[in-house]
Amino acid sequence: MKKEKHLSRNEQYNIYVEAKIPKTKSFPSLIYSFLVGGVICMIGQGINDGLMAIFPTMGQEEANSWMLIILIFIASLLTGLGWYDRIGVFAGAGSIVPITGFSNSITSPAVEFKKEGIIFGLCVKMFSVAGPVIVCGLVISFITGIIYLFF
Amino acid sequence: MNNKLGDQTIIFNNKPRIISNYSIVGEKEGNGNFKDYFHYILKDDLFGEKSFEHAEQKMLQFAIEHSIKNANLKINEIDLIIGGDLLNQIISASFTARHFDRPFLGVYGACSTMAESLAIGSAFVNGGYFNNVVCATGTHFSTAERQYRFPLELGNQRPPTSQWTVTGAGSSVLSLNGTGHKITKATLGKVTDYGIKDVNNMGAAMAPAAMSTLISHFQDTKTTPDDYDLILTGDLGKLGSEILMDLMEHNGYKLGKNYNDCGQMMFNNNQKTFQGGSGCGCSATVLNSYVLKKMDEGVFKNVLFAATGALLSTLSSQQGDTVPGICHAVVIERDESKKENKK
Repeated sequence: MKKEKHLSRNEQYNIYVEAKIPKTKSFPSLIYSFLVGGVICMIGQGINDGLMAIFPTMGQEEANSWMLIILIFIASLLTGLGWYDRIGVFAGAGSIVPITGFSNSITSPAVEFKKEGIIFGLCVKMFSVAGPVIVCGLVISFITGIIYLFF
Repeated sequence: MNNKLGDQTIIFNNKPRIISNYSIVGEKEGNGNFKDYFHYILKDDLFGEKSFEHAEQKMLQFAIEHSIKNANLKINEIDLIIGGDLLNQIISASFTARHFDRPFLGVYGACSTMAESLAIGSAFVNGGYFNNVVCATGTHFSTAERQYRFPLELGNQRPPTSQWTVTGAGSSVLSLNGTGHKITKATLGKVTDYGIKDVNNMGAAMAPAAMSTLISHFQDTKTTPDDYDLILTGDLGKLGSEILMDLMEHNGYKLGKNYNDCGQMMFNNNQKTFQGGSGCGCSATVLNSYVLKKMDEGVFKNVLFAATGALLSTLSSQQGDTVPGICHAVVIERDESKKENKK
């Protein structure tokens, strides 16, 4: 009690609000994201195996690349049709973490800002969500590369 | 004659009346709790336009035109249009006003703009400067979302404290001539900041502003919460309303069953809006549909309409600033010449 007296009005209010806000129920969220994320990965594996079965000459790595391209395409298509955000509402990280989430984060601003023109709308805003991911990814891989080079 | 009460309240002795009103909402709002009260419900959120911004302007224009028509006035008989919205540089209100060729005052009080417009409009009408003043505000979920948050199609999750910007516009025509409910007092609020930084928790950011204005109002007018049939805040949402009730109780005012919040009332629980509605369109459409209709029926006789606004921009929140709030209140008294028709 004694400690609280030194807190300013705003600090007290923030503590009060923090205690009052409803929390996201983590257990059901975990289940949903696990299931949806798992299903997306299974689809990916299915595409991979399918490709290798249809084209016997295709190596593992080539099939992998094609699988990623197909997943990215499907996610973009679903975003354009307005379905991906509905999956995201209950799947959470389950649909954000796989590569489909990355595809969605680039397609959705592109669709949204198309009305502001091709250059200043679509091209500029396209990376408004995914931009930080790309920048951080590049920086981290650069640092990792340097470390790898010397050690 | 002194028309001021206490510190922040002004009285309108000539009693400007809301001679007509109109509300238009989007499809989601039309499926909410007030579906039987709105004048017009959109079937398509684009309203036949090519962008959501244009749809927002068209809704505002539609609401203003119909409220003028319902008052049996012509557009050139309107002396002043007061309006605002949430978009940068309040383009929706000013772009809409160019269609009317009448004097226009653009005002911004975030989601409190409807109460602010009514207070300013009533002062002009009460003072005899203008005969007929239109007060209108509107918002659109999709325009607010892209300005303040993320693209619509992004598969992100909304936090449980978030609110849903209402797609809708409301318009009221104020005049000394005609019949309608009277605006008798207005309490203009102070910008209040209790240091909330979470932009997804507007209710908590605005509740202290609502408290400040309500307490000033009760002190200035020497009234208590029990003197009103309905005390209605703008868009505090469920959480914000609970916080306001706690804050008021802490200060010795008990908000009872006569207290409610437009944002909290707007949607039903199945619509997954979490804390409820928000935006200028929220308080404007609830006032211009449900509240005024219930006053017509005689269910409410004395309403304290206290719309709340969060005065942030995307820039201020990105720079780590806190979210200040504001709340303006107007008192609306029932026109007793209207027949009571309690259900």
